[in-house]
Amino acid sequence: MSLTDLTLTEASALLREGKTTSLELTEACLARIERLDPRLRAFLTMTPDLALAAAREVDQRIAAWRKNPASADPFNPLTGIPVAVKDVLCLKGTRTTAGSRILENFVAPYTATAVQKLLDAGVVVVGKTNCDEFAMGSSTENSGYGVTRNPWDAARVPGGSSGGSAAAVAARMAFGALGTDTGGSIRQPASFCGIVGLKTSYGRVSRYGLIAYGSSLDSIGPLARTVADAALIFGALAGHDPHDATSMPLPAPEASLNGAGMKGVRVGVPKEYFIAGVQKEVESAVREAIRVLESLGAQVVEISLPHTDYALPVYYLIAPAEASANLARFDGVRYGPREEGDSLWEVYLDTRGGRFGPEVKRRIMLGTYALSAGYYDAYYGQAQKVRTLIKRDFDEAFKTVDVIACPVAPTTAFKIGEKGDDPLAMYLEDVFTLPPSLAGICGLSVPCGFDAKRLPIGLQLLGPAFGEDKVLRVGYAYEQATEWHREGPTL
Amino acid sequence: MALTLAEVEHIAALARLRLTDEEKARYREQLSAILDYMAKLRQLDTSAIEPTATVLPLRTVLRPDVVTPSLTPVELLANAPEVEAEMFRVPPVLE
Repeated sequence: MSLTDLTLTEASALLREGKTTSLELTEACLARIERLDPRLRAFLTMTPDLALAAAREVDQRIAAWRKNPASADPFNPLTGIPVAVKDVLCLKGTRTTAGSRILENFVAPYTATAVQKLLDAGVVVVGKTNCDEFAMGSSTENSGYGVTRNPWDAARVPGGSSGGSAAAVAARMAFGALGTDTGGSIRQPASFCGIVGLKTSYGRVSRYGLIAYGSSLDSIGPLARTVADAALIFGALAGHDPHDATSMPLPAPEASLNGAGMKGVRVGVPKEYFIAGVQKEVESAVREAIRVLESLGAQVVEISLPHTDYALPVYYLIAPAEASANLARFDGVRYGPREEGDSLWEVYLDTRGGRFGPEVKRRIMLGTYALSAGYYDAYYGQAQKVRTLIKRDFDEAFKTVDVIACPVAPTTAFKIGEKGDDPLAMYLEDVFTLPPSLAGICGLSVPCGFDAKRLPIGLQLLGPAFGEDKVLRVGYAYEQATEWHREGPTL
Repeated sequence: MALTLAEVEHIAALARLRLTDEEKARYREQLSAILDYMAKLRQLDTSAIEPTATVLPLRTVLRPDVVTPSLTPVELLANAPEVEAEMFRVPPVLE
């Protein structure tokens, strides 16, 4: 067994016991990246020098404490642990591209709060991971820098948009990673790669230093090998930040999973999530997972989320509308490469037309149309009203259940290129992750089985806004009762 | 709801995107199909429903009006394609 086979929790314990060092863990991850990443392409930028320096610094602090145990304990659960960061989050002095050619030479002048909080907790950042351009996509195929491969089957996508982070964790190249989720971008790649992913409630984690996509939807959260590992990273991320007015002034949540039990927990199963078009093996694995929760003492009830079917058109109006506004800042003036022109107008047209990829341009066009004079009420306005109905569905459901259990995605990982140039086919990939995003609630993706091709299947556990403790406790109880999280790809 | 080529060109101009003829044709077809799908939303009567712009209970959030450290002009200009005298330099805006 090599060091990279350990979970974050196990690696942290060994470090505390003095049986390994941060440098050993970091070198093990870097060696694995060097061996596997030319094939998987999970990383856009590796940061070995930063990582090794940070690891040595942590080890020195630990050594000083061992000599003088009366001094301040340098340990928290993330101290010295190598992690990866999705390339939409700024890390000062490091290239940050958002997967886009329009930011190919952008060096972040400051560090995102979410990343800084992990650095303050003592993590070692090994690199920045690939993603769909500006987090717009469900396969990582929309990256301006090539597709990431699924560690379980290199001919398939890792999901998206946080596909690089998911592949890095699944392939044991890092003990955990940061991703972002606007309409499923943490949960779906976690499901496709057989790992755990937590979409935090809207407003739970500061987005200062996150390159914005859909500002009423964007959230940041962890991807990890186990629920316990994800909970540790989440504990370090959550909280108010004066730099982000949309971060809720709430105390840090209880991250402890101790005493997690299913007795008396009410689990809702929404009938609208078990429909034609869901791969048979996905449905049976999720239904079996729900039986496991029941056997652990949960009370399972069927519920209805009647507006589920409208979430896709609502999301694909609201998110592109917000994106069209957010991406107006990429104009070839303040950052990124510039296509030269005789006038500023020409610079705008050629820089944006030439540097944004096809899906980003499609969403900017769609969003611009939805916001344009004469169409605003019919499209954007109507979408915002239907969003209210979708949110009410969840508000009603959480009056009678503690969590909701359903599939993450209708299928397991699909083949690279399979969806071709059919945007609607790709959007349908998000059909079960969009409604919770629109409602701003939290969701956890937990491995719950494999299909006949040995591709991972994910169970989605949804909790109310700021109810991460609930989904983490239920996910942890499920994980303790099953072995799926111990499986890894053969690489 | 089929978009016309002129509408596609109008949207591209609003969004400051230079598109090739091939892109215009493709987006015309794809955006028309997507907008057809969106028409589903009109099945719902929302006359009595308030729109949701944010799910948070927070409204205008204020902070004390105190000067705090921020990035220097040199740091802020470091990524610019063209800089002159601590300012972003651009080609002519007016003829």
